Amino acid sequence: MVANIDNNTTGGIHPLKFSLWLIILSIVMMFGAFTSAYIVRRAEGNWLEFDLPQMFIINTVLIILSSVTMQWANNAAKKDNLSLVKIMLALTMLLGAGFLFGQLSAWDNLVQNNVYFGGTSSNPAGSFLYVLTGVHGFHLITGLIFLAIVLMASFKYKVHSKNMLRLQLCTIYWHFLGGLWLYLYFFLQVNH
Amino acid sequence: MSSTDIAIHQTDMHHGHDEHEHHHDQNFFEKYIFSLDHKVIAKQYLFMGIAWAFIGGFMSILFRLQLGWPEATFTFLEPILGQWVQNGKLDPEFYLALVTMHGTIMVFFVLTAGLSGTFSNFLIPLQIGARDMASGFMNMLSFWIFFLASVIMFISIFLETGPAAGGWTIYPPLSALPQAIKGSGTGMTMWLISMALFIVSQLLGGVNYITTVINLRTRGMSMTKLPLTIWAFFLTAILGLLSFPVLLSAALLLIFDRSFGTSFFLSDIYIAGEALSQTGGSAILFQHLFWFLGHPEVYIVILPAFGLVSEVIATNARKPIFGYRAMIGSMLGIAVLSFVVWAHHMFVTGMNPFLGSVFMFLTLIIAVPSAVKVFNWLATLWRGNIRFTAAMLFAIGFVSLFISGGLTGIILGNSALDIQLHDTYFVVAHFHLVMGAAAFFGMFCGVYHWFPKMFGRMMDEKLGFVHFWLTFIAVYLVFMPMHYVGIAGFPRRYYNWTGFEAFNIFTDLNTFISIAAILGFAAQFIFLFNFIYSIFKGRRATLNPWHSNTLEWTTPINPGHGNWPGEIPAVYRWPYDYSKPGAAEDFIPQTVPFSQTQSSNLPQERVLE
Repeated sequence: MVANIDNNTTGGIHPLKFSLWLIILSIVMMFGAFTSAYIVRRAEGNWLEFDLPQMFIINTVLIILSSVTMQWANNAAKKDNLSLVKIMLALTMLLGAGFLFGQLSAWDNLVQNNVYFGGTSSNPAGSFLYVLTGVHGFHLITGLIFLAIVLMASFKYKVHSKNMLRLQLCTIYWHFLGGLWLYLYFFLQVNH
Repeated sequence: MSSTDIAIHQTDMHHGHDEHEHHHDQNFFEKYIFSLDHKVIAKQYLFMGIAWAFIGGFMSILFRLQLGWPEATFTFLEPILGQWVQNGKLDPEFYLALVTMHGTIMVFFVLTAGLSGTFSNFLIPLQIGARDMASGFMNMLSFWIFFLASVIMFISIFLETGPAAGGWTIYPPLSALPQAIKGSGTGMTMWLISMALFIVSQLLGGVNYITTVINLRTRGMSMTKLPLTIWAFFLTAILGLLSFPVLLSAALLLIFDRSFGTSFFLSDIYIAGEALSQTGGSAILFQHLFWFLGHPEVYIVILPAFGLVSEVIATNARKPIFGYRAMIGSMLGIAVLSFVVWAHHMFVTGMNPFLGSVFMFLTLIIAVPSAVKVFNWLATLWRGNIRFTAAMLFAIGFVSLFISGGLTGIILGNSALDIQLHDTYFVVAHFHLVMGAAAFFGMFCGVYHWFPKMFGRMMDEKLGFVHFWLTFIAVYLVFMPMHYVGIAGFPRRYYNWTGFEAFNIFTDLNTFISIAAILGFAAQFIFLFNFIYSIFKGRRATLNPWHSNTLEWTTPINPGHGNWPGEIPAVYRWPYDYSKPGAAEDFIPQTVPFSQTQSSNLPQERVLE
């Protein structure tokens, strides 16, 4: 797959890394659309005000921690500390799964407070919250799949200081997902 | 992703690749179906685009029959349309479905996927000097997801309740409520699924195009030595990357409204006296989201045509393109402006008149870069040594259509005038000329010009002339009268207008438009015949049949996977050294160093010798 990438090419950044940034850009545009729709819709009134689930704080801590472990794995791989790479990747996966679990329980909490996604008693305020967290959660699942692939590769000794690309891509994507959640959390706090 | 140590083995792998082109025999599936070769993927996009264009064109003929002969009976259509024709009358809801599908197919499947997909894939690696796209696998995935989207859209045409019928802009609440119209049932669901897949496919393609242009240019190919085609494809891909995700967001919210009982776009709706449960939604919000994609989309359609036409005009006028940097600058300007004008589609939604004025001014500014481009094309043609090849005719035809369609854009961009003209045939005429027919002309121009590189054979020039003149005349005969009926207030999307006193007088004109449309559609079969016949029986092409400067003509006549059998050539000059004074021939390819052209070098180029 990389056979077509010549060494006499112009750019300094690896094409796949560049592609990843572009994919991230398109995801940013998607959430930009959702959040601006949120602002426009909120300004029109008839907007249900409710408290954000407490779980969001714990989840935010979890996802920040997972970014730390991810970076740790990346640094360990640079130093060829392979066992630490595996531990940190596994830890990142656990924290990521924990975050997803926390988001689900946050939804549960919302339903208990009569904030619904659809149906007769739903309000766009609640629906938007479900869409923002849901679409973010979907991307987080893709991140977890990516992590699993890298973790498997690390067990086959394919992740080390001379073969960093895969891990680097995964790290960038994971940090982005964390940053995206921080943005969403901040956005929801401000516009609530 | 390869599991080898990329950093170390990259160079070695590459030499192996250079020395023997086909180190393993590809079977039929690898070579022609699930190919990773950008040239094969480009042809796949082209074939799909042509197939869709004929389906979309045929639909327009069906509804033109209804509009041109409103009192006639169409029993002869029963064998094809079945129950959509009742007692010789076209079903009104089917008419709306036809209009919707014609728009969807033409805008997305033909002029986005068919145009960008074909020529970005084909020309980007060949013209920048790369062996393939940055990720061949993602490229293949892009095509096959598009294929899947196509299959779903195609099946939706044959549903008993018909395909989507709420217009290609699928405004809710019409598109959100199956109770409103038959087409908003399963047909609309399939439309949304198909479009979601389509967006994913375009994003995968676009990521590849941008990465390839940024990262894989050959030695010496700086951004200011790129042919204008590449600049156009590059900016098109950026527009797509930024705008398609927004449509995906809108489509997702619409899916939730339709299937999960949310109320993002729905509020206070009564059906048969019964209030729907959804409250608090905003239908206008959908229009904002849709047109944030929708407006860049028209430039996604037209920018590749800009690029192809610039290249063909310079080559066939045997002159350097006039104002190369101004051409890039104007495309950049258009690309940026395309994101801040979307609300000019919504002047009559009750928006704040002040906001309307802001969008009006921004819209009118687009006339400046557009005029720069037109001026530069005309200046390139001016006193050129013009060769009227079929591709060149279509390129000149494009400029003509772009001028006549663009001028009415200035009229429509005025928020006050738009109140009268909104949703009339004036709008239909405007966008069909400026982005429909013009983009098609760009596509034809590209196919005629690069056909020898694609298939190693030439298309028949005489049939090309006949095709051009019939199409060119038909396009003007169809769309010029539409302006006239549009100014009179004739509304678009009306199945039957004979009941209105004001519009009855236009019966003859509508019949005339329909006859011209049938003529234009019939002319496309000349192209189809020429295209298919030439693939197998066309005159064999020479290495550089148009005496062109760009890199793709330095490859073998039928380039294999990897494009250049040996090393990739380096680039020394811009691609527009045509008819340079003092040069031996009237073209100097990009691969010729200045040291070999001392007689023609300009004073500032002497240092490069």
